[in-house]
Amino acid sequence: MRKDGEEGSAQDTQWTLFEVFVQERTGEPHQHAGSVRAPDPEMALQNARDVYARRGPVASLWVVPSGAIAATSPSDAGPFFDPAEDKVYRHPQFYRVPRVTRRKAPK
Amino acid sequence: MSARDTGTAALAAYLIRLGDDRLVLGHRLSEWCGHGPILEEDIALTNIALDLIGQAQALLTLGGEAEGKGRSADDLAYFRDEIDFTNCLLVEQPNGDFAQTIARQFFFDAFDHLLASALESSSHRPLAGVAAKARLEAAYHLRHSREWMLRLGGGTEESHRRLQRAVGELWRFTGELFESDDIDRELQAAGIAPDPAPIRKAWEETVSGVLREAGIDVPADEPMRSGGRRGRHTEHLGHMLAEMQIVARSHPGARW
Repeated sequence: MRKDGEEGSAQDTQWTLFEVFVQERTGEPHQHAGSVRAPDPEMALQNARDVYARRGPVASLWVVPSGAIAATSPSDAGPFFDPAEDKVYRHPQFYRVPRVTRRKAPK
Repeated sequence: MSARDTGTAALAAYLIRLGDDRLVLGHRLSEWCGHGPILEEDIALTNIALDLIGQAQALLTLGGEAEGKGRSADDLAYFRDEIDFTNCLLVEQPNGDFAQTIARQFFFDAFDHLLASALESSSHRPLAGVAAKARLEAAYHLRHSREWMLRLGGGTEESHRRLQRAVGELWRFTGELFESDDIDRELQAAGIAPDPAPIRKAWEETVSGVLREAGIDVPADEPMRSGGRRGRHTEHLGHMLAEMQIVARSHPGARW
């Protein structure tokens, strides 16, 4: 019984690595909690439930094969994440809100 | 009906049977702690062990109260001998390999989930309360063991062979789950325990469906083993109890 996303052969002793994302309450973002190994997504969810959803409140779990995540490398830090402190227009505070708009804002 | 006015011997015996099943199986699963095939599965098995031991504690506490001799859950767990344990034979079978642990667990979980669902409407309110919580845990336990049945059955040649052997080994212990003696019948008449017939039918459907999906042959009819409810156990329980009880018996009354 093989499912999508399964890799490797019967001889593999290491299962696929999955990253686990936990949503504590409905409406909140899913936060990265850690990782588990599992033979397939369904078992990864079960393992994630055992490892990351035993103590606190949990509304929902995501598991994602680690290989599916593209990430920046530390050497990107400079140019990739230039905070652009000198480009004030990138921040919402730069823009004046017209008085008319402010008055109509709901309380 | 409250726990106070049902101090009957039959009720106490029934509650202690339910508690013994879960205590013995919980202890068996705890033997995997640190020995699981992979870290995540080690955690899963020990989580299930904790659930079952928690249920056992609640049920043995109620059993001790119904008995009226002042015995606590700890007294019942650690200071009774093999012949006084009334668990079914299935749960005391050794862990064997992972396939045997999973087959044993699946047979029990499929039963446990049905039983807990039925006990939620027990006329004995404290028992119905324990069952309501236990049903949620049992649903997860069944999901875990069912998924493993499918994966071992449909996995490699070796996993299939091992699971087929485990199912064949354990099948003869499944009939005892649905037996009724005088104690069961008395409690069924009082609306405390459910009728085992529909539970058996639903269990057979669940189990045969999963075995079919896993590509495992359903064993042929064979004589079913029995005796656990009367304290007549296989050779495995005594060894297990010796280990389970030694600390409590070496240091009676110790607190930590």
